[in-house]
Amino acid sequence: MNAPSPARPAWLGLLARAPRGAIEPLLAEAPALPGFIRLRGPEIGMSMVRGRAGGGGAAFNLGEMTIARCSIRDEDGFVGHGYVAGRDGALAELIARLDAALQNAARHASLHAAVLAPLAAAEATRRAADEARAAGTEVRFFTLATMR
Amino acid sequence: MYVAVKGGEQAIDAAHRWMAEERRGDPALPEITPAQISEQLGRAVDRVMAEGALYDRALAARAIRQAQGDLIEAAFLLRAYRATLPRLVDSEPVDTGAMRAKRRISAVFKDLPGGQRLGPTMDYTHRLLDPDATGPAAPEPAPPEPPPGEPAPAEPPPPAALPRVMAMLGADALIEPDGDPAPAAADLTTAPLGFPAPRPLRLQALARGDEGFLLALGYSTQRGYGNNHPFVGELRVGEVAVSLVPPELGFAIEIGEITLTECEMVNQFAGSRNVPAQFTRGYGLCFGHADRKAIAMALVDRAMRAGELGEDVTAPAQQVEFVLSHCDNIEATGFVEHLKLPHHVDFQSELETIRALRAAAGDDDATL
Repeated sequence: MNAPSPARPAWLGLLARAPRGAIEPLLAEAPALPGFIRLRGPEIGMSMVRGRAGGGGAAFNLGEMTIARCSIRDEDGFVGHGYVAGRDGALAELIARLDAALQNAARHASLHAAVLAPLAAAEATRRAADEARAAGTEVRFFTLATMR
Repeated sequence: MYVAVKGGEQAIDAAHRWMAEERRGDPALPEITPAQISEQLGRAVDRVMAEGALYDRALAARAIRQAQGDLIEAAFLLRAYRATLPRLVDSEPVDTGAMRAKRRISAVFKDLPGGQRLGPTMDYTHRLLDPDATGPAAPEPAPPEPPPGEPAPAEPPPPAALPRVMAMLGADALIEPDGDPAPAAADLTTAPLGFPAPRPLRLQALARGDEGFLLALGYSTQRGYGNNHPFVGELRVGEVAVSLVPPELGFAIEIGEITLTECEMVNQFAGSRNVPAQFTRGYGLCFGHADRKAIAMALVDRAMRAGELGEDVTAPAQQVEFVLSHCDNIEATGFVEHLKLPHHVDFQSELETIRALRAAAGDDDATL
């Protein structure tokens, strides 16, 4: 029941990266999520972020970040987990509910269309705009004749 | 030795009430909100997150407001808050090579694959104070973006991750490699600093270290105290995905993106009879958009590698124990500022000592 589908990391990442407040309005257009019980949390804590020396060498502890997480079981029997940066426990719970419902083949397609597809499209638009803006600051320097 | 004091509650309460009023300032003016601080004083937020060693923009903004803009005090507030939170699941090392870089420059290569992009930068500004007392002019509108819902205009697909400049030099073996990608080990948040400190521990200390201290030490290396001829191989700023592996899932998931600044410094050579001459490296990585901090960190990281690279350890920036023991501004401010707390009893003992010394000297004189 909790077997990871290859798409599961992708949807969990997409939901966690969504801007604040982006998910709820989409749910208004989607079939209601099933009832659920909380298994753990929502709780707020930290994750130690790691870097690597030189970008690819030995890992080191860069600093912590706040995270929220929640685990639930829904009425269909699916267990969902939500992890998200920041301290929004309600958001972590919402992601856990979506994670559970998205594992249910009977609900997946409609939720994908109502929530995941618009989030992915918005993210792609946002990233393309960021990329275009950054590309607009692309610079070409010319080396002058020696000034010594 | 410090001897505790008691009393003074009423005076302390009155002082704190006054401080709260001062913090609020003129009540006729609207109160500044953490969201405004986060949006309009972003660099201050970045610095407090880095030195407070906790990435949370909203909390850092609140701390800045509470501290009246005293950034060390704000970092202190953040560290104190973090002590109340449990560590849930630690992250996988971030892949800065996959950073969506809004800024990416190289001082060593003019033309590099992927191009140089300045991003939002204060570089090349004239550093002239805006004469308009109401603040800087509103920014010019950005070029129009595609309206929401419509597909973006057909453009060549965005390039995949920008290649690392270091990898280009590394392909010709002109620069030392990254080294063993060992997992993270020692952690300053769970064990006190000890020596000898391996490089990962040094990098953690530098990443949370005081920007001013690192700036001064990095500057000292450039002025000759441990010079190692640095060039900024690459400096990049942008969003990096953070992932972790929840034990209940057993696979990695992304939990969000954070802004990081990374500096790869190329330094002068090391080599031996057996190893051909190679450029050496220093590394800087820190929370937020912080060119100065990342560059200074890379200079000091390289300086502290002197011993390992067979250089003489003569300058302050090369002395690992000196640098790491003094780079944390929370620890430093605690010890420096405690001097203003009542030390009446210890000073009394000093007074008695000096009187006794003088009395003894007077007696000696009398006996001559």
